[in-house]
Amino acid sequence: MNAPAIPPSPYSSALGKSNIERHTLSVLVDNEPGVLARVVGLFSGRGYNIESLTVAEVAHGEHLSRITIVTSGPPEAIEQIGHQLERLVPVHHVIDLTMAKKSIERELAMVKVRGKGDDRVEALQVADAFRARVIDATTESFVFELTGNAEKIDQFVELMRPIGLVEVSRTGVAAISRGPEPI
Amino acid sequence: MSKQMTGAEMVVQALKDQGVDTIFGYPGGAVLPIYDALFQQNQVQHVLVRHEQGAAHAAEGLARSTGKVGCLLVTSGPGATNAITGLADALMDSIPLVCITGQVPTHLIGSDAFQECDTVGITRHCTKHNYLVRSVEDLPRILHEAFWVASHGRPGPVVIDIPKDVQFAMGTYVGPQNVQHKTYQPQVKGDLEKIREAVKMMAGAKKPVFYTGGGVINSGPAASELLRELVKLTGFPITSTLMGLGSYPASGPNWLGMLGMHGTYEANHTMHDCDLMICVGARFDDRITGRLDAFAPYSKKIHIDIDPSSINKNVKVDLAIIGDCAHVLEDMVRIWRTEAAKPDQAALKDWWKQIDVWRAKKSLAYRPSKTTIKPQYAIQRLYELTKNRNTYITTEVGQHQMWAAQFYHFEEPNRWMTSGGLGTMGYGLPAAVGVQMAHPDALVIDIAGEASILMNMQEMSTALQYRLPVKIFILNNEYMGMVRQWQQLLHGGRYSNSYSEALPDFVKLAEAYGGHGIRCSDPDKLDAAIMEMIESPKAVIFDCLVEKEENCFPMIPSGKAHNEMLLAELGDDAGIEIGSVIDERGKLLV
Ligand SMILES: Cc1ncc(C[n+]2csc(CCOP(=O)(O)OP(=O)(O)O)c2C)c(N)n1
Ligand SMILES: [Mg+2]
Repeated sequence: MNAPAIPPSPYSSALGKSNIERHTLSVLVDNEPGVLARVVGLFSGRGYNIESLTVAEVAHGEHLSRITIVTSGPPEAIEQIGHQLERLVPVHHVIDLTMAKKSIERELAMVKVRGKGDDRVEALQVADAFRARVIDATTESFVFELTGNAEKIDQFVELMRPIGLVEVSRTGVAAISRGPEPI
Repeated sequence: MSKQMTGAEMVVQALKDQGVDTIFGYPGGAVLPIYDALFQQNQVQHVLVRHEQGAAHAAEGLARSTGKVGCLLVTSGPGATNAITGLADALMDSIPLVCITGQVPTHLIGSDAFQECDTVGITRHCTKHNYLVRSVEDLPRILHEAFWVASHGRPGPVVIDIPKDVQFAMGTYVGPQNVQHKTYQPQVKGDLEKIREAVKMMAGAKKPVFYTGGGVINSGPAASELLRELVKLTGFPITSTLMGLGSYPASGPNWLGMLGMHGTYEANHTMHDCDLMICVGARFDDRITGRLDAFAPYSKKIHIDIDPSSINKNVKVDLAIIGDCAHVLEDMVRIWRTEAAKPDQAALKDWWKQIDVWRAKKSLAYRPSKTTIKPQYAIQRLYELTKNRNTYITTEVGQHQMWAAQFYHFEEPNRWMTSGGLGTMGYGLPAAVGVQMAHPDALVIDIAGEASILMNMQEMSTALQYRLPVKIFILNNEYMGMVRQWQQLLHGGRYSNSYSEALPDFVKLAEAYGGHGIRCSDPDKLDAAIMEMIESPKAVIFDCLVEKEENCFPMIPSGKAHNEMLLAELGDDAGIEIGSVIDERGKLLV
């Protein structure tokens, strides 16, 4: 049979390794033992990335927790991650906040900086510009508290580095949708 | 109904309330209270296996052949770890199981106590869901919920890990009424708009094909009935995966045979050239698709599946319908009828003409022999001599499994039990034990290889203990044939460790277990020997000595497309030179 030459199939997801996107997923789960291990295990078992993960109980009476995951991958993989998460029995639902487009993301960081003299002045100026608060101080150091989106924190850390950055502790991203409706 | 009882009694009561009549298991320290509760009743029969892997496969066999949830009971530590392969197998093939494991008492968890292992941790990745029961008050709910989770949505195995103190503790039992999971509510009805669109696409198709899978079997016998009706209404050709065999009868006029790596020429070419693929309860596994970027390049694809994560996982589809096969097929048949949809008869006629050209290749043909038993011939004779009986077939894994799929023809669902996704050698005998427990009067045959059968041979003892007349039909080629075939294809014929050295005398082995042994190497005596096997009231090991270096064809080599199949070359005695057909990329694949 003289079939036409095979065009590259538009259906193959093998072709889709091109554009890597960063998405924030909000996952509402039953707060039961092992649920975090299930979610994390799914990512490692299937080779997905986790860039940041936060988890805490959000409705004590109903034993609900919200897990916020920042992941990256090609769009097909991210769609697949959502479906795979939804397949876990204790998962109520998964929202791709990046797709929903109307979400707010925040992260909290604590940043320790060491220095004397002009460095201290400069550190405080930068902190002021970023609306960071001093939550600990000694004669040769500060600890700053800062909230914002991940990029803002990255930027703050970069500015502190030449001044005398010692260490950083970040919470990872928490996110919520805008407007009156729940996710 | 609520009653005070111990945790162990709750387990047995819940089994009864869930309609379980058989549980496979093996005792040990951490499940003694449950064994004591089992001892004091006779509604649930416990079948003592000889290895916990056997318990899991037996439960799978029972589940697959009846549509019920299969159950097993094993102790902590090694009992649980031995069952893991069976759980992983059930997860891959979507078989509903409830596996109850004993655990060390709650206060010892985490102390590396004797026979402690982190069962929920270890089984998290090979179960659909699992539970560690922390209090007897949670136990009844968890027991019933486990059955619900195992059997709803895409079925799968569920583990309930019960510490020994919870088994002894008194609590209030509640029955299964209204138990469902509070959040796990899979969608079973398909979206009607999408089904209408599918019907429209089907009516417009010129080269359609149904590609069906194990989901149709899992959905229950009604799904198979509806599938047959839809095939009849449309006149479309139909093929199926290994797991879906029997949902459409092999004798049906539209049947193309199995597709995939060892599928028929006509099935794979039909898939490759189709313009509309209707995938029902199958998952575009790599054994099916071959090279992904050359998979059915001219087609639109409709995918019906209960598991949303199956959609667009390997292959992007044009129309996805989430739902249970039976529900969706029912709506599809109804809408096809009420909208008086008509297939494109002229185009279909041409399509069938093309299919007949592919069929004429006779891709399953093999070179017959008067002196040695060809493995294909052995299956053909087995089929002819058992087809009019109430027969169930299980298999091990290897060439014999593929020959069984190619040459044993199934007319009904639930008659064919094989390890598809995980490909577990040692599945067939324990699965046959499970099938025979559920169908005491049926003829249950494990089509085996001489290597695979040794992996769970000990279950012969179980068969004898429960007077289960299972038949083990070994295609003995003295090789791990499938491994040898790949070594021939990919590794220059260096048969590293694939020769079955130091085999036992299978006839004597059968006798040692108290069963009946038969050996046959002469094609002329094969029929009589098979009849002897069928008529024996005992468990039988049939050592069928077959051609040693026969290869399994047709074959899509790894990394190749559906239209790049290899056929057996019948003229050439040396077999075909296939070492060169797999490229470097293909060699990386399995
Ligand atoms: C538990 C397990 N180990 C290893 C394999 C890899 N494997 C696949 S087929 C096969 C050979 C099977 O030999 P046999 O049972 O004699 O069947 P044949 O191919 O000869 O028919 C092996 C080792 C497997 N599928 N399962
Ligand atoms: Mg063999």
